[in-house]
Amino acid sequence: MIASETGSGAIPMIKIKINIKIKAWPRLGRSEASQGYFLVAPPFLYALLLLAAPLAAIVLFSFWTQDYLTLDTTLTLKNYREALSDPLYGELLLRSLVISLAVTAATVLTAFPIAYFISFSVPPSRKSMWIFLITIPFWSSYLMRVFLWKVILGYNGVLNTTLTGLGIIDEPLSFILYNANAVVITLAHAYAPFAILPIYVALEKIDRSLLEASRDLGESRVMTFLRVTLPLAMPGVVAAVLIVFIPTIGDYVTPRLVGGPNGLMIANMIQTQFLKLNNAPMGAALAVLAMAMVTAVSLVFLFLNRRYLKGQK
Amino acid sequence: MKSLRLYAILYLIFLYAPIALLPIFAFNDGTVIAFPLKGFTLEWFKELLTIPALHAAVLNSLIIAVSSALIATCLGICAARAGTRFAFPGKKGILGLIMLPLVLPEIIVAVSLLVVLLQLGLPLGSWTVVLGHVLMCTPFSIAILNSAFQSLDVSLEEAAIDLGETRWSSFRLITLPLVMPGIISSLLIAFTISLDEFIIAFFLTGTNPTLPVYIWGQLRFPQKIPVIMALGTILVLASVILLAIAEYFRRRGVARTGQADAGGFL
Amino acid sequence: MKDTLGVERPIIALENVEKYYGEYYALRGISAEIRQGEFFSLLGPSGCGKTTLLRTIAGFEELSGGRLMIDGKDMKRVPANVRPTNMVFQSYAIFPHLTVAENVGFGLRREPLSRDEKARKVAEALEMVGLRGYGARAAHALSGGQRQRVALARALILEPKVLLLDEPLSALDKKMREQMQTELRRLQRQVGITFILVTHDQEEALIMSDRIAVMFEGQIAQLDTPQQLYRRPNTRQVGEFIGVMNFLPATATVSDETHIEVEAAGLGRAVIAPDQLPGGWHPGQTQSVGIRPETMSILFPGETTDRRVAIGTVEDLSYYGDMTYYVVRLDGVDRPMTISMKNLVGRPVLDRGTEARVAWDARSLVLFA
Repeated sequence: MIASETGSGAIPMIKIKINIKIKAWPRLGRSEASQGYFLVAPPFLYALLLLAAPLAAIVLFSFWTQDYLTLDTTLTLKNYREALSDPLYGELLLRSLVISLAVTAATVLTAFPIAYFISFSVPPSRKSMWIFLITIPFWSSYLMRVFLWKVILGYNGVLNTTLTGLGIIDEPLSFILYNANAVVITLAHAYAPFAILPIYVALEKIDRSLLEASRDLGESRVMTFLRVTLPLAMPGVVAAVLIVFIPTIGDYVTPRLVGGPNGLMIANMIQTQFLKLNNAPMGAALAVLAMAMVTAVSLVFLFLNRRYLKGQK
Repeated sequence: MKSLRLYAILYLIFLYAPIALLPIFAFNDGTVIAFPLKGFTLEWFKELLTIPALHAAVLNSLIIAVSSALIATCLGICAARAGTRFAFPGKKGILGLIMLPLVLPEIIVAVSLLVVLLQLGLPLGSWTVVLGHVLMCTPFSIAILNSAFQSLDVSLEEAAIDLGETRWSSFRLITLPLVMPGIISSLLIAFTISLDEFIIAFFLTGTNPTLPVYIWGQLRFPQKIPVIMALGTILVLASVILLAIAEYFRRRGVARTGQADAGGFL
Repeated sequence: MKDTLGVERPIIALENVEKYYGEYYALRGISAEIRQGEFFSLLGPSGCGKTTLLRTIAGFEELSGGRLMIDGKDMKRVPANVRPTNMVFQSYAIFPHLTVAENVGFGLRREPLSRDEKARKVAEALEMVGLRGYGARAAHALSGGQRQRVALARALILEPKVLLLDEPLSALDKKMREQMQTELRRLQRQVGITFILVTHDQEEALIMSDRIAVMFEGQIAQLDTPQQLYRRPNTRQVGEFIGVMNFLPATATVSDETHIEVEAAGLGRAVIAPDQLPGGWHPGQTQSVGIRPETMSILFPGETTDRRVAIGTVEDLSYYGDMTYYVVRLDGVDRPMTISMKNLVGRPVLDRGTEARVAWDARSLVLFA
């Protein structure tokens, strides 16, 4: 922010930097690049050894098979065939995808107005307080929060007892716990800040005079929102969607606590394969399938939104 | 705009509903977690003091969280400084890999580490949890430290060198004090994340459970729930205090470098 | 400073200095000598390499080729922290976590001085830049002008052989800038240190410098005194960059070294001296003459003169209060030229469309050929 306000004398410097990046590092780059590598080496090696290598191992594992205690290391597609043919796995994968999409839609749609409110209606001096308010629940124990949703949504839970107490309903609602709905509500709660923050950041970046320009050119408030604000906020929305969608598909705690038998997701099956059935290769294959599914959906989504992301970053 | 404000308030209620219930049931004199409330009691808090397994889990979690925070912050400093100060080929890819755990489902990280550790025949224990937690915490540390390093004017270090300091002493005299608030808030946030993390700990812990793993075990027993509520109340309080401290340091850092406040943590 | 023989020795000698980043040439063979104790400016548009050259002298950029000598010593492999230069950064680079006094005294950390001596030096430096009593203030609470003074004091306290200033005035508002220009000049005379100023503001360079190097695209186009640069620019580019210059198509014949004859469109034939061909004779190049707006005047009706007179038409004018800028097209020329006139008492402001009799002198012409 500050750098952009300095005078034109900064321009040769910037030009130089860009040039190092794009064309050429052989000369000046030598010292610069080697210092960069030297510094980035520890975290990079750490990620390489403890993230990239294990991820590769999982992929490799998924092509092996387990027969009780012996691990057969011949490469085979048996696990994938089984995963895709067994209706149990297929249903779990599909359900995980549907739940994740529902969670993402619910979270991002409910988060957008909040981000908009904080960015456009809250006075600047109180914005960081609002952001702080929104992030606090996120930092409290995740396990506890999920469990408390069980308490709220349960048959004798807070919501039902309150509603029956007020005479709004005669019988406790049963469709809100131990099914996919409960999973969606709970996850939408858990990922709220992850959706609000990127959208808020994108909205904050919008030059307010653009909105005035649109109004000046004859657009109504609503059309200004649709034609100017929303397209400019799209990078934030896209980030929010990905940041919610990708991790939710692998959520374990929520389906286990509030999902009931029909709300279980693929992560629960992965855990079962690894820790209970002692069939790591099958678990690995399911994990790979889940990741492949997430990646595919994310790429399609990015592709659909590519025009909003151009020139950004 | 009025309706938007109302919506915002309703949304905050939604966000805070679960947390608000914690203290209510923590002080409720009844073993069933449901309304109506029975009466006020401190018994659940007293009971907390009498469970050795819980104390062991807390101690274990603290050790893991402190180690993870220290290692993640050190790695974060390296990555953030490399990313903000130097240009080198492949930077995007390298930093992308380091930041990957931010979007990767935790269960994937957990099982992949588990597979490798078991194959190598290494025993699971607190240290394996630390390995996983460092992986999860580093991206957050980098995000925080990036903003601290980014707000540094490159010419500050050059000025120190120009005035006779070496590269290292100018880093120590100028850069380090200026990013110190960022380092502290990175330590606190990494600590909080590690303390709360469940999935990785669940998969990678050995015989000594961490606090979340211990809580997970207790959630199966309805009669233990009120105690867990009391524990949760304390945890939330601790998290909020740690966060407030982290936010304080972040803001002080911003004020120190004399810049406009650009917003919150993430 | 002169050596024992009274001969001026360059404090900085640049010999064919080159700097490239891959295929991008920032400096393409710079050779120049900067004299002890002079106020030297590097002037040029953004991206001309002036800041790169300054940073090369400071030691923040390594040379890709050529040689850099400071005070007779080759600076190859001499790192920035041990060079006898100090720098005032464009952003001032005031350490925000230190007080004003700590900032100013920063470079004294390694000096073998007692605490009291250091404090005295800091106080002196602050006094010198007019910030007496500001020592205990927090650095980030200072105004732009004060930050600049702190940056100056901090650099000068080490008594460098050369002070490097990277666009130090660009962040200040106009009034503050003008004040600092005179003050910097005064300070330079007072301490007697060589100052090298980087600026893109030609007026600033003219006001402050003993000598100016005008740079375009990584090369020095002309290195001269302000007067010489203004009156006798080497090339049209230099003439255009510094002030306003009118150009007229011309044909020149050089019969011998002292006798040059030009035929300029609209002005007619004139004989000029060799110094009016500062860029030298390049046969085959398109020829033109340049003439500054204030060296011509428009005669009001009835006024007589013994200067040369050309006839044209007032096409447009801008009235500035103290001055009027006329856009005049001379008969037989397709491009109009600018003529500036002081609005003296009794001199009428001419209307658009009126005939203008333009008085000029052959001595004011510069030939580019």
